[in-house]
Amino acid sequence: MGLFEKSIPQELWVKCEGCHEVIFKKEVDRGMGVCPKCQYHFRLTVTERLQMVLDDGALVEWDATIGTTDILGFRDTTTYPDRIEQAQKKTGLTEAVVTGEGRIMNRAVAVGVMDFRFMGGSMGYAVGERISRLFDRARERDCPVVLFSASGGARMQEGIISLMQMAKTSAAVSRFREVGKPFVSVLTDPTAGGVAASFAFQGDVIMAEPRALIGFAGPRVIEQTIKVRLPNGFQRAEFLLEHGMIDLIVARPNLKTTLDTLLRLLSHTPS
Amino acid sequence: MTLHYLPFESDIEETERKLHDLELAAPGYPNAPAKDIQHLRERLQRQLRDVYENLTPWQKTLVARHPDRPQAQDYVAEICDEFVEMHGDRLFGDDFSIVGGLARIGDQPLVVVGQQKGRTTKEKTQRNFGMPQPEGYRKALRLFRIAERFRKPILTLVDTPGAYPGVGAEERGQAEAIARNILEMLALKVPIVTVVIGEGGSGGALALAAGDRLLMMEHAVYSVISPEACVAILWKDGESPDRAASELKLTAGDLQRLGVADEILPEPPGGAHRDPAAVARTVKEAVLRHLSALRERPFEALARERQDRFRRVGDTLVNPPS
Ligand SMILES: [Zn+2]
Repeated sequence: MGLFEKSIPQELWVKCEGCHEVIFKKEVDRGMGVCPKCQYHFRLTVTERLQMVLDDGALVEWDATIGTTDILGFRDTTTYPDRIEQAQKKTGLTEAVVTGEGRIMNRAVAVGVMDFRFMGGSMGYAVGERISRLFDRARERDCPVVLFSASGGARMQEGIISLMQMAKTSAAVSRFREVGKPFVSVLTDPTAGGVAASFAFQGDVIMAEPRALIGFAGPRVIEQTIKVRLPNGFQRAEFLLEHGMIDLIVARPNLKTTLDTLLRLLSHTPS
Repeated sequence: MTLHYLPFESDIEETERKLHDLELAAPGYPNAPAKDIQHLRERLQRQLRDVYENLTPWQKTLVARHPDRPQAQDYVAEICDEFVEMHGDRLFGDDFSIVGGLARIGDQPLVVVGQQKGRTTKEKTQRNFGMPQPEGYRKALRLFRIAERFRKPILTLVDTPGAYPGVGAEERGQAEAIARNILEMLALKVPIVTVVIGEGGSGGALALAAGDRLLMMEHAVYSVISPEACVAILWKDGESPDRAASELKLTAGDLQRLGVADEILPEPPGGAHRDPAAVARTVKEAVLRHLSALRERPFEALARERQDRFRRVGDTLVNPPS
């Protein structure tokens, strides 16, 4: 897996965002990144996700050479290329999504995994292009798509071009739908903004991880707009399920088998 | 005279007030200063031209949001020979921030859908300042499907600060509504022309703009995020939205250079609100011209070409042709 990530110094203890307890990290890792005390699902790296979902954790990566371009020459307190470099150093990734081909219980699938640590999983040209090509390649290979979203939304350093990625990825989904293979969208913590409002909510099946934050606007923006304290659990996966916005919530121990079942039922034709 | 002046229009305001006073006084005074009036009129035109030819991106944002700027319903009234408004999404309710219906321009029947901010305080509240909720996008989609069923082209008029960030909007699936509109627009087998008439606010604008042509009014803006929100996130130190507006490249000229906008529709010096009828004629001419070109295409091929158009956005910026 050295392909995607350099080793990151391992802390011995981690604080759980769910129950605020300090927990032995090895215990969390052993439990697929789930807190043993409160079942909080920690955010995962791409490698951890692939290990959890794919047979042998093996991915043949696609389009890794599609890199970031500073289209606008964007500069805030630092330059956009500086921010990209920092994100690359921090994550060992080249961009906020990794795509490729793997197998889930021996079934070939096109897989995409976003990483929130890379500039908040934001979608610019490179992310949009990798995801669009994921759908193209799945269409050519006639295989299903499983895509794990984790994103705060569009990459504002790429201005209108980042907004256009919503239409671009949607165009790729639109083409993919013509071949009749399923697209399973897995919403992980957090999935918001332009990613939520494009391919992430275009899946044939939309599932979410427990307590993942999912929505269009971020909770702080909403609070500032309506000047009301938000109800407990607002925009969490359970809230979306209750309001009919997602198909199911799946905890990590059942993730792989659930994906296998869904893909099998959507692909199988009686002989 | 306009009702509202923007912060950078103080010289224009002064000239216009003097002119107004003189014109009011003139008939009563035998030695009416006709020459002074003429002189002031010329000065006003010069000032308008000077200011409006050199607007900064932030100033353009303010013009795009000008309270007197023509809104979707103004364009419909000026451009369309007939219009029947249609209400509701058939699922939850009717969102007044989006107006739409069946229309006719000359002998061209079409479906028109636009965002409407409202002008009076009461109307703004009723129309939620042009910030749609999911039911607004679902109403738009319902009308798009009617257009496709009866093979009528679609005109969308974009003017929104963005999709509404509220509790109800989230409960009813704001992200899903926008995602679905984009996906379905990209597959519609009828021509779609979009005009950004004022403010194109992010995904809330794109949900009506995934069409075949994107036209922008000269002083319209279209951005992934508002300059105010962008500056708050990236600068955090009281930097003014000016700076973010410049970095974001959100003007009509920027969007044309970036290959997102197909055409810029000129406005009179001082902005569209100074001559709404003339601006509406410009929009009408451009819309009919693009629709008639698109009508030549087989409708089956249109959706594919539309998808390819968005697939290619930014390609030449990332890989410049050698
Ligand atoms: Zn916990």
